[in-house]
Amino acid sequence: PRRSRCCGPPRATPAMNCRAEVLEVSVEGRQVEEAMLAVLHTVLLHRSTGKFHYKKEGTYSIGTVGTQDVDCDFIDFAYVRVSSEELDRALRKAVGEFKDALRNSGSDGMGQISLEFYQKKKSRWPFSDECIPWELWTIKVNVVNLANEQERQICREKVGEKLCEKIINIVEVMNRHEYLPKMPTQSEVDNVFDTSLKDVQPYLYKISYQITDSLGTSVTTTMRRLIKDTLAL
Amino acid sequence: AMDTDLSSQDRKDLDKFIKFFALKTVQVIVQARLGEKICTRSSSSPTGSDWFNLAIKDIPEVTHEAKKALAGQLPAVGRSMCVEISLKTSEGDSMELEIWCLEMNEKCDKEIKVSYTVYNRLSLLLKSLLAITRVTPAYRLSRKQGHEYVILYRIYFGEVQLSGLGEGFQTVRVGTVGTPVGTITLSCAYRINLAFMSTRQFERTPPIMGIIIDHFVDRPYPSSSPMHPCNYRAGEDNGAVYPSVEDSQEVCTTSFSTSPPSQCVFTVTKAHFQTPPPVVTDTLKVPVMGLAFSHQLSSSRLSCQPAALGVGSADMGYPVLFAGGLNAAHPHQLIGPGREGGVPLIPSQPAHGTQADQERMCTPLDGGHYSATTPSSSEDTETVSNSSEGKCGSPHDLLETIFIRKVGAFVNKPINQVTMANLDIPFAMFAPKNVELEDNDPMVNPPDSPETESPLQGSLHSEGSSGSSTGNTHDDFVMIDFKPAFSKDDILPMDLGTFYREFQNPPQLSSLSIDIGAQSMAEDLDSLPEKLAVHEKNVKEFDAFVETLQ
Repeated sequence: PRRSRCCGPPRATPAMNCRAEVLEVSVEGRQVEEAMLAVLHTVLLHRSTGKFHYKKEGTYSIGTVGTQDVDCDFIDFAYVRVSSEELDRALRKAVGEFKDALRNSGSDGMGQISLEFYQKKKSRWPFSDECIPWELWTIKVNVVNLANEQERQICREKVGEKLCEKIINIVEVMNRHEYLPKMPTQSEVDNVFDTSLKDVQPYLYKISYQITDSLGTSVTTTMRRLIKDTLAL
Repeated sequence: AMDTDLSSQDRKDLDKFIKFFALKTVQVIVQARLGEKICTRSSSSPTGSDWFNLAIKDIPEVTHEAKKALAGQLPAVGRSMCVEISLKTSEGDSMELEIWCLEMNEKCDKEIKVSYTVYNRLSLLLKSLLAITRVTPAYRLSRKQGHEYVILYRIYFGEVQLSGLGEGFQTVRVGTVGTPVGTITLSCAYRINLAFMSTRQFERTPPIMGIIIDHFVDRPYPSSSPMHPCNYRAGEDNGAVYPSVEDSQEVCTTSFSTSPPSQCVFTVTKAHFQTPPPVVTDTLKVPVMGLAFSHQLSSSRLSCQPAALGVGSADMGYPVLFAGGLNAAHPHQLIGPGREGGVPLIPSQPAHGTQADQERMCTPLDGGHYSATTPSSSEDTETVSNSSEGKCGSPHDLLETIFIRKVGAFVNKPINQVTMANLDIPFAMFAPKNVELEDNDPMVNPPDSPETESPLQGSLHSEGSSGSSTGNTHDDFVMIDFKPAFSKDDILPMDLGTFYREFQNPPQLSSLSIDIGAQSMAEDLDSLPEKLAVHEKNVKEFDAFVETLQ
């Protein structure tokens, strides 16, 4: 199926009915990746279904989503993620870029990474398809530098506790059962779900990040990465 | 009245959903407290048996317990399904950690579509449960279980009882799902007063565990008597008290068996006693490892007796190997393969545990946080320091352990008194001693130990315990007469023969005698820091000297 690039002007602000959640964490440099993955995977666990298989008369069956435990190496923490290597790779790529950007920014180590769920709305030619976000998760990261091993040990535990709180927060939001896109017909499924993965089906999403320089303003170019496009070689 | 709004098919579906949701909830919670990482696979083709489109395995015993507790009923107002998670130490103390409650309240959502929305929301709720079960304090405790404690579960149906959680317990809500017959809520109340039970506590070093073994010696581990009453309230709706065999089913940790008692046997005995009859316990693995572990360590403490050590570890049989078999029923497993003198026998596979999930439910001894110790690795010099990982000797033979030395020119009998511990740790006599614990530890001071001499010690001193005289000389041959040629010498006015005879049996070098040698070694070690400091100061001179050599 043709995957249309979701373009249109980058949206600086979410649409009106887009739910926005912000989480903040302070971590050590080497904890950035694991902390981000923990949050992103927890969100995507709730925002992924099994693969749809459409049958006659508009009915469909849903595949099975497996899960697995992940232990963090630099944080006293463990989380559950969807058993999908493709999805894990996509998230790791995005988080890796974010981490590198944080490190290279030379600033105080502040930035944020965003996970946006959107729906595609087809427009007539010559207008390109619209991307309408319906849920936006933003994780604000503050990187701290620690002086010695003892502080690092404390940081391991503290960040672990903080992440526990974040997971509880995420679950609270998920439990509100607020707007979710309607279950699509077969022709519409690509406007709602990312059907490119072979074993699970997350809602359409994109990950972007910003690095905050020391003045607190965002760096001139907001770097956006469309994960699908980057992976589609 | 509200039932009339719901079609009978919808009602049937809803009941089925709620029933299977309850069963899956129990599975998720119990599996999250097994102490291991869970991993299930995604499958793009629906298998038809994965409820709520989630791959959650069904442990048969757990399903059985859940169904038993539910007794054909469903959660309803005032009738909640509760999963109680508790911790039980190897000493028999237990503590409730969490109560997971699946409740129903009266708030109905008539408009909601059962087969579609309710189902999907139940699926979402299970995902939330998967996430939340990893973030309460009991998760980390359960990942570290096996050595000093185990995690247990109990399912009951009826009124929620939170009193066992101590003061100030906290609640986390996992989520709710509205249905036409009421709102399902899933929450967890957990103890926060874990101060003395922090995970770090259980990572502490050996002396703590030495105390545990004392208790085992004093009061053998509770046998087939039921678990502590406070832990085993009978469920309200089924008045049965769980018999002891089923107690073992309650235990969350792996390798707890429903197989006959003979396979779950171990005994704990004092060194000199006869073997008592085997006992079945419901916390099989914990005391095994706890005992084995602390036994090894207590023997390390025992080695801090100067007399027991020889000059070098090469002369000692080492390391301490104790031969133990897992099963009293299989005494032929006593000595493991591969090593002279026996090795700690590690069971390679749990003999029991859930049949269906054998491959997934690893014992605490392999995978995860616990490293499998194979016979070949038992000879490491790390035998003592690493025994925080699940080394498992036989609790049966634990205190009847036979210390067999690997090398033994001097050894002609096995030593089964605990003071005869030989370790391969060099300078072990300088290792810190925990004197007060040793005094109270019956293993350190068993009744008749202090006077016994190590045969090795005896043999090393056989050439004269005074160590310095030539009194024990005995000539290898008798010299009749010795008339060396060209032996007259003006410089040394001594007959060569006389010289030879006089100096034939020189006294032993004092530095070679054990005590003095040890003392001087101790002095050497003590003076090392000073010497190093001096050398560092003179480093320039040394460098210059080295230059001249080049």
